[in-house]
Amino acid sequence: MIHIIIEGILAYAATVGFGIILNIPRHALNVAGWIGAAGWAVYELIVLKSGAQIPLAQMAIGMLTAGLLIGVLSNWAARVKHMPVILFNIPSLVPLVPGGQAYQVIRNLVTGHGNIALDYLGQVIAIAGMIALGFLLSELLVRITYRLRHV
Amino acid sequence: MDEAQLVMDTALLAGQILLANGSEIARVEDTMQRIADNAGYRYANIFVLLTGITMSLPDGESTQVRPIHSRTIDLEKVAQVNTLSRQFASDEIDLPTFYQQLRQIEVAVPTFPFWLQELAAIIVSMTLTVAFTGIDAPVKLLFAMLAGGGGYAVFYYVNHELRVRFLSEFLASLVIGFVAYVGIRWLGFTRTAGDAVIIGALMPLVPGVPIMNAFRDTMSGNYLSGPARAVEAVLSVCAIGLGIAIMVSLW
Repeated sequence: MIHIIIEGILAYAATVGFGIILNIPRHALNVAGWIGAAGWAVYELIVLKSGAQIPLAQMAIGMLTAGLLIGVLSNWAARVKHMPVILFNIPSLVPLVPGGQAYQVIRNLVTGHGNIALDYLGQVIAIAGMIALGFLLSELLVRITYRLRHV
Repeated sequence: MDEAQLVMDTALLAGQILLANGSEIARVEDTMQRIADNAGYRYANIFVLLTGITMSLPDGESTQVRPIHSRTIDLEKVAQVNTLSRQFASDEIDLPTFYQQLRQIEVAVPTFPFWLQELAAIIVSMTLTVAFTGIDAPVKLLFAMLAGGGGYAVFYYVNHELRVRFLSEFLASLVIGFVAYVGIRWLGFTRTAGDAVIIGALMPLVPGVPIMNAFRDTMSGNYLSGPARAVEAVLSVCAIGLGIAIMVSLW
């Protein structure tokens, strides 16, 4: 539990940092940070019990849920604060980016381990696809609730 | 200036600012359409690509074009145009004021100073190094700080002073790879510690806006602009990858 809280705080700091790099408005930074923290905490919660080597399926479900949560929360924040949704979902996505796997693809390609590189490339594609799917589902959810409220 | 021309100028300027600072295509079209609608010119025709905007009013005789030659990322300007457009829609400001305020955006919108961006890059590097790999050596954090800060400083300088696209990512990742190399070669880092430093330090360079916009534009049916953004994102990632590949092959 403490582990997840610490990771959440780290994700908050990373999201705010990336928000500063993108120059998002000052009063959007805090909310974006919390959304980033929530997304990463949910991912950590889902892959919690799987030890050091996380199975790809579990990682994929974690990313899907995190993407969905970030999408829904960002849309909500955008509506409440009257700001574009990309201010919230781009920075909060940063902790989820499969940077580690992408790096391993390159390292293994350069050092001549083509098979391992291909393995990692598969992971990169799976993770990116799952986050995108999560965003699509969040968009769908937002549309549905909008319909229900305005019929 | 007659009113139709002012409507056209305002909508085009708003679109230009949005597109040049990292907004998605659907938002540009939507904002311009709203401006024309709220000014009393319904059924304006607006055609937006990643590299230019075309607009005509139904009764007018002329069509106007604005090319967008360079794009940066400054989401505060996107938010500011959004706010102004909302104020215009609710009649808080009139059209001439709206136009004047849009012209002020280039100078009036604050950006974070370089030192704060640098600090932010360091924070992103350090926190993500820990979040991805845990702390097994505290000195690793120091190196993540050096690599992330150095990499972002180079990235910022090349982007703002030399203005060469993709070279900035390449040089920054060379610096990051070099810092990690120093750690491994002379300070006895393990391979995994070096990997962790590189992964964390690369995170501030991730092309988050092009990736997200490639996805959103493609999903909203802009099949020319979405893939064009994807090309931008892929080239950035390749530039980063090339720099890292060169450094890693030295190990």
